[in-house]
Amino acid sequence: MKAVYAISENIISALGFTASGNAEALLSGKTGIRIHHDEKLSSNKLAISLVDTQEMERKFELILKQNKKEQQPSFFTRLEKLLILSVSDAIQNLPVRPDNKKVILVLSTTKGNIDLLEDRFTAKFDHKRVYLWALASVVKDFFGFANTPLIISNACISGVMALIAASRLLRSGKYETAVVAGGDIATEFVISGFQSFQALSPEPCKPFDLSRKGLSLGEGCGTIVLSTNPGDGKTEHILVMGGSVSNDANHISGPSRTGEELSMAINKSLEDSGIEYTAVDFINAHGTATPFNDEMEAKAVSLSKMDKVPLNSFKGYWGHTLGASGLMESAAIIQSMKLNRVFSSAGLEVSGFPGMINVVSETIFKPVNTCLKTASGFGGCNAALVFQKT
Amino acid sequence: MDELINKLKKEVITQLNLEDISEDDINPDSPLFGEGLGLDSIDALELIVLLEKNYGIKIEDPKDGKKIFHSIRTMAEYITEHQKKA
Amino acid sequence: MEKLITAYTYIGEGKVFANKRLIFYQEKIATFAEFIKALYKQEQIAYPKFYKMDSLSKLGFMCAELLLRYENPGIFKPGSLAVVLANSSSSLDTDLLHQESIRNRSAYFPSPSVFVYTLANIVIGEICIRHGLKGENAFLVSEKFNPSTLKDYVSEILDNHRAEACICGWVEILGNNFKAVMALVENESTATWINGFKPMPFTEASLNEIIKVN
Repeated sequence: MKAVYAISENIISALGFTASGNAEALLSGKTGIRIHHDEKLSSNKLAISLVDTQEMERKFELILKQNKKEQQPSFFTRLEKLLILSVSDAIQNLPVRPDNKKVILVLSTTKGNIDLLEDRFTAKFDHKRVYLWALASVVKDFFGFANTPLIISNACISGVMALIAASRLLRSGKYETAVVAGGDIATEFVISGFQSFQALSPEPCKPFDLSRKGLSLGEGCGTIVLSTNPGDGKTEHILVMGGSVSNDANHISGPSRTGEELSMAINKSLEDSGIEYTAVDFINAHGTATPFNDEMEAKAVSLSKMDKVPLNSFKGYWGHTLGASGLMESAAIIQSMKLNRVFSSAGLEVSGFPGMINVVSETIFKPVNTCLKTASGFGGCNAALVFQKT
Repeated sequence: MDELINKLKKEVITQLNLEDISEDDINPDSPLFGEGLGLDSIDALELIVLLEKNYGIKIEDPKDGKKIFHSIRTMAEYITEHQKKA
Repeated sequence: MEKLITAYTYIGEGKVFANKRLIFYQEKIATFAEFIKALYKQEQIAYPKFYKMDSLSKLGFMCAELLLRYENPGIFKPGSLAVVLANSSSSLDTDLLHQESIRNRSAYFPSPSVFVYTLANIVIGEICIRHGLKGENAFLVSEKFNPSTLKDYVSEILDNHRAEACICGWVEILGNNFKAVMALVENESTATWINGFKPMPFTEASLNEIIKVN
């Protein structure tokens, strides 16, 4: 199998604007989820993780200047600003230019600029920007990518699927570098929907906890640059190994009752990577903290015989960031591997699944060489992806 | 009560898009979920919206839904009881 | 490995084609809802969940239904048939409905059965549930029909034995403008097709040909 390296990464969340900054916050056990009362988002109080708008604007103005752009900050939507900031940080030391024919931008998002529907009558932005391809075009044009971006919109597995799709494209030889970016923002659109599903937790979410009451939403971006070229001068490399996608074929919103299908994706991703399940140092699960999702995942991990492997969810740190989650969480996995730390699973007090999974309650210090990332989403989709350090 | 039951049947058919089912097909005492009309978890959430929208009744804990939405009759009884209170 | 399109279906401009046969036609379409319901009735499909779907799912469901039920004799194991679909406007058609339900705070009734469809890949979920498909699946978005991206994605899946066959297509709807085309793609060595159908090579040219009105 042709090697695909993860050569740089970025995370933007309530906890900071860089991957290392976010990792520091995770190590100190900080959470970005707070109780907010913002009428624009909901008439109710919400436990939600929001990016610092002032800091975002300040950084974005700098980026405009650095790139000698003539556009005003007001030309860009909130999500466009976050994506541009995230990509910009991840590609700053890239050995090739975005306009190289062998470089592709892969974008993962569930709802894109959906907030433009809320004020579509103000005509502040061209209504076309609500299309995901128009959002991708803004990012593409900003950096001058030569190729048309690949856009993945596959519910909550979008981010992991984007990494899988990008690594497959690189292995096929069509491209040498893929800039994989994912983003979604907090909107009334999404919040009201999850409220109608009675899926939101009144307090910060508690993945895999016995008393979990639902999910917390969040917003953010993540970018990971993949390349077939490991770069010079590094002594260790993070490889993106095999990945697999499956479907429950059971219900469009309720997860599988058995976890068999996620387990199938896990087993295939390990097989695809040529790795035994016993080699996995930790699993970063989806872990939304809804009663049924977490139960399904516990069953799947246990079916794949990884009941003793340390497992965490990052949703307790920055909430469920939808199309961004797979990229932010994978970037945090990469940080984990670089630091040789398995971050604790925020929000855990008492495991809801003793004997089925081994949820990490305190940060573990140990060599971290092989990690498994999983995600599951509406539409019954599941994805699994393996990372390895050499 | 019978009037409310008939009204509810119509509302449930519309709200849940039960296109090929007529009011006569619904026995007010038959279970709505499982065997009965084959409703699922999204339908249960949709019935919560129906009670709020059409009757101004809010169900805070979705777990209560199981009893309330057992059948058309239990729904009607719940509505009668809670509208009196208001 | 050579790959073939062993069946395809097309829905658009009031016409429905299964392989090359015109099987349904409405000269004047009042609404998409009426059109697709008439097609569902004509095909005598008994699947009450159909009525609960949003427009994108109804369109994709019918296209896949015709493809798998009538146009190909292949019997696929649950994990061996992949689904890769794409469109331009994602779930915007249903997004607008959900947005409407939250426009007014004094009549604020977001509906869970609408919200769940505000994700483009739910149509894949519906097809997977109907046909018991548990394998690889993906929903891609591009401004226009992009045969090159679809071909790359699907070829990689088949070349690496992630599936034996793949439903590959375009499912686009916004209001009463709609078009769907789905092709069944198989490796040549194991491909099957119905009598009278001439399989096409799985190329960008073939994909460009089948998305045009037949």
